[in-house]
Amino acid sequence: MEKELKVIGKSHRKLDGKERVSGKAVYGHDIELPNMLHGSILRTAHPCAEIISIDTSKAEALEGVECVITADDDVYDVNNISYKRDHPILKKGTVNCNRDEIAAVAARTKEIADKALQLIEVEYNVKKGIYDPVEALKNEAPQINEFGKGKEQFGNKNMAESFHYEHGNLEEQKAKSKVIVKRTYELPRVTHACMATSNITAEFSPFDGRLTLWSSTQVPFLYQRDIAHALKMEPSKIRIIQPIIGGGFGSKLDMHPFEPICVLLAKKSGKPVQILFSREEEFVLSPTRQPMVIDLTTGCDENGKFTFREVEIIKDNGAYTSWGATTPFVMMQSYSSLYQVPACKFDSHAVYTNNPFAGSFRGYGNPQATFSIETNIDLMAEELGMDQSEIRLINANYKGEVTGQGLHFKTCGAIPALEKVIDESDFEKANAEPKGDRYKKGIGLGSMLHVGGGAKIYRSDGCGTVLKLDDYGYLTIITGSNEIGQGSETVLAMIAMEELGIAEEKIKVINTDTDVKPWDVGVHASRTSFVAGNSLLGAIKLMKEKLNKKAVALLDVVTDDWEYADGKMTFNEFEIKIDKVAREMHFGTPHELCTVNYFYEPPSKFQDKDFKGDVSGNYAFASQAIEVEVDTVTGNVEVLNVHVSQDVGRVLNPIGLQGQMEGGLATGIGYALTEEMIYENGELKNPSFHGYKLLTATDMPPVHFYPIETYDEAGPYGSKGAGEAPLIPTAAAIANAVSNALGVTFYSLPITAEKVLRALKEQKEKNKEVLV
Amino acid sequence: MMQITFKINGESITQEVKPALLLIDLIRDHLKLKGTKPGCLEGECGACSVIVDGEAINSCMYLAINVNGKEVITIEGLGDHENPLDNVQEKMVEHGGVQCGFCTPGMVMTTKAYSDKCKKKGITPTREEVKKSLEGNLCRCTGYAKIIDAAEAVYEN
Repeated sequence: MEKELKVIGKSHRKLDGKERVSGKAVYGHDIELPNMLHGSILRTAHPCAEIISIDTSKAEALEGVECVITADDDVYDVNNISYKRDHPILKKGTVNCNRDEIAAVAARTKEIADKALQLIEVEYNVKKGIYDPVEALKNEAPQINEFGKGKEQFGNKNMAESFHYEHGNLEEQKAKSKVIVKRTYELPRVTHACMATSNITAEFSPFDGRLTLWSSTQVPFLYQRDIAHALKMEPSKIRIIQPIIGGGFGSKLDMHPFEPICVLLAKKSGKPVQILFSREEEFVLSPTRQPMVIDLTTGCDENGKFTFREVEIIKDNGAYTSWGATTPFVMMQSYSSLYQVPACKFDSHAVYTNNPFAGSFRGYGNPQATFSIETNIDLMAEELGMDQSEIRLINANYKGEVTGQGLHFKTCGAIPALEKVIDESDFEKANAEPKGDRYKKGIGLGSMLHVGGGAKIYRSDGCGTVLKLDDYGYLTIITGSNEIGQGSETVLAMIAMEELGIAEEKIKVINTDTDVKPWDVGVHASRTSFVAGNSLLGAIKLMKEKLNKKAVALLDVVTDDWEYADGKMTFNEFEIKIDKVAREMHFGTPHELCTVNYFYEPPSKFQDKDFKGDVSGNYAFASQAIEVEVDTVTGNVEVLNVHVSQDVGRVLNPIGLQGQMEGGLATGIGYALTEEMIYENGELKNPSFHGYKLLTATDMPPVHFYPIETYDEAGPYGSKGAGEAPLIPTAAAIANAVSNALGVTFYSLPITAEKVLRALKEQKEKNKEVLV
Repeated sequence: MMQITFKINGESITQEVKPALLLIDLIRDHLKLKGTKPGCLEGECGACSVIVDGEAINSCMYLAINVNGKEVITIEGLGDHENPLDNVQEKMVEHGGVQCGFCTPGMVMTTKAYSDKCKKKGITPTREEVKKSLEGNLCRCTGYAKIIDAAEAVYEN
């Protein structure tokens, strides 16, 4: 049994909640520097064209305009950006998608900057773009991205990235299969829709060439390196300050062109410059989740045991290659290792098109993969005449399992999570119940596997911590990790309260400034509480060693067994206030401060060239059972209840964890039912909250959350990463529920009312044919 | 330019404004009250909600000249020296209704106006009614559940 804890495991309100709820929290939009200019960016009028000429003279002449830049400007001494370095910051010669930046203006006011954009004259030779990846792969298609290395690397000029993975003997397993199901799935483009639009403020010092950026990046140290590369600077001359960030969800993993553009404007004008996106720009310009077509073939034997998975994926990469092209790292884990899979073959191709480029989004490819896997499982169960819950239970992952890909599940809550949602939702009964007349009820299951202890995809997946206990017993935690709303800073304060017995009002978390804080890879892969938590625990251990030693000397007692509580250190009848120990350390010989620093690197390993290896410190498992009601007259799908059970290792802050569940589910339900960016010939048709439907307060169903605690020794107090998981199996469970209600399977998202009505009509016509 | 006189957060102000100036720009750019958030500037997200004569409105869809003779309350106008947070704000923090927080001032102002009205009428709304009152405010972090919990808890005691 785990030791009794006083703080961890009990709900704790958000550390800076009062600043955020009172309007005092300063976001990027709220920053105003003296003498600051406002920047605006001119984007192409056509998604695919040659640029014949750009004339900025009228814009430059407008009163209030300080400078205009294009790719021909002297200040434009830059490198290409993006994961594949195939993305010019400002475009000249050709434009390849609707986002393409051609020129930028800095002016005294935003209104003047926007007016100046209208005065820039660009002559285009409009070309017919390629908006379908299958078309782009054809021989006769022109090369879309001139910097693409597809021909040399993958044998096709428009291939941006390609992954191949396999384990087991596919042919042998196929031969063993009683049932084989092959289906094609189509996943839409969706967007993060952060409530705060993208923003940046840049100040460039002419004295020493140092740059300060107020940026909403979620990976400040990688971003510092990216900005440095883009602008040919030394990374250490770039200071990244993160104001309060109004939502991330993966959208701020890549550095985007507007960020170095803002720096160039600041450099040229010699004044600070700020760029704020409008909501329309946010829809058009922020990266999306990858749209893709998935061909999935799966099999099982006569007992329902899974035999193999074979999958081929075509992803629409868009015109440039962001981190989004690497989502197959995560997708292949789900295909290879979600449930027991004896053999797996995985191929994924990201193909250049003239569509906007996709990026990373909470779940990182996993919602798409899981949707296809879980739908195929229901279809196999149906063909075999087996219960949908039973087929999942007999194939579920288990403790001690080392999967074909080399993931090692040292703890595993997959079976308990499945059993819990099956039980709580009364799944078997609900599944078999009559479906109703106009309003048909249904229930569906979905499970997921995701990294829970970071993911080693960069050379280090670590996090640094500096701790400072001052003369008055106040603790400052300087952590490399960042807070983007997920509540990780609250968890860090809770850990310090637990371990050092220091009250919350005496704890501060400093996490916003790369000049001050030690290195961390950033917010992604559900890693922050895990990695930053372990880093803090390591630092606390060092601090306790110092404090213990000093207390022993001060009280003349021999022990290492001090208890830290209520601002005091206690051993039997010996007791001393922690601030007194810190003071004695400072003012007594040999005079030292009570500060420590520690760097934690997770035990995870790089995968080998075949993508095999134990890539995360631990793994999270979850299942969802979702009940829906479909109105067969309107086609509307209402989610009635969500049962979600997740292996979180150990609950650290129940209220924060529940908030991650509910928030993730809301995004997952949107993905399943309402959200879709409608693109036609490279242009977005619905760039507003009116046309792009987020869930509102009235759409949110009751969420019944059952955490599973498996106490994984790699995580702080046994915990695992939790943030991305709640939206991963949601669309799958909802699609299975709708299928259960109607007897029709859906192979694309979102399942809109129109799709439901069309499917019902087709079903009716088919039935008629059968009768005839 | 037009001269308008209005009360904001208890203080009387007379100001020259352009007829086309939006209330959100008056609040954020002229008065430097940055707690009111610009989420969409097209009346869809509710992040910029403020209270004008007791009604929560989207300040991005409201001309500044229309506050002439009226009383405006922004997020900065809630709470006082003794109790720096209003009950609605306290409940929002206590119930975990705040994650990134960008929608929060709008959620708070909407809830404040709605709960004040309900209290005046002596009614306690149902959970469905509370949800309905928040329908014009979008949030991408929380899934609304904790915000609704907080808005319901305002009627306790």
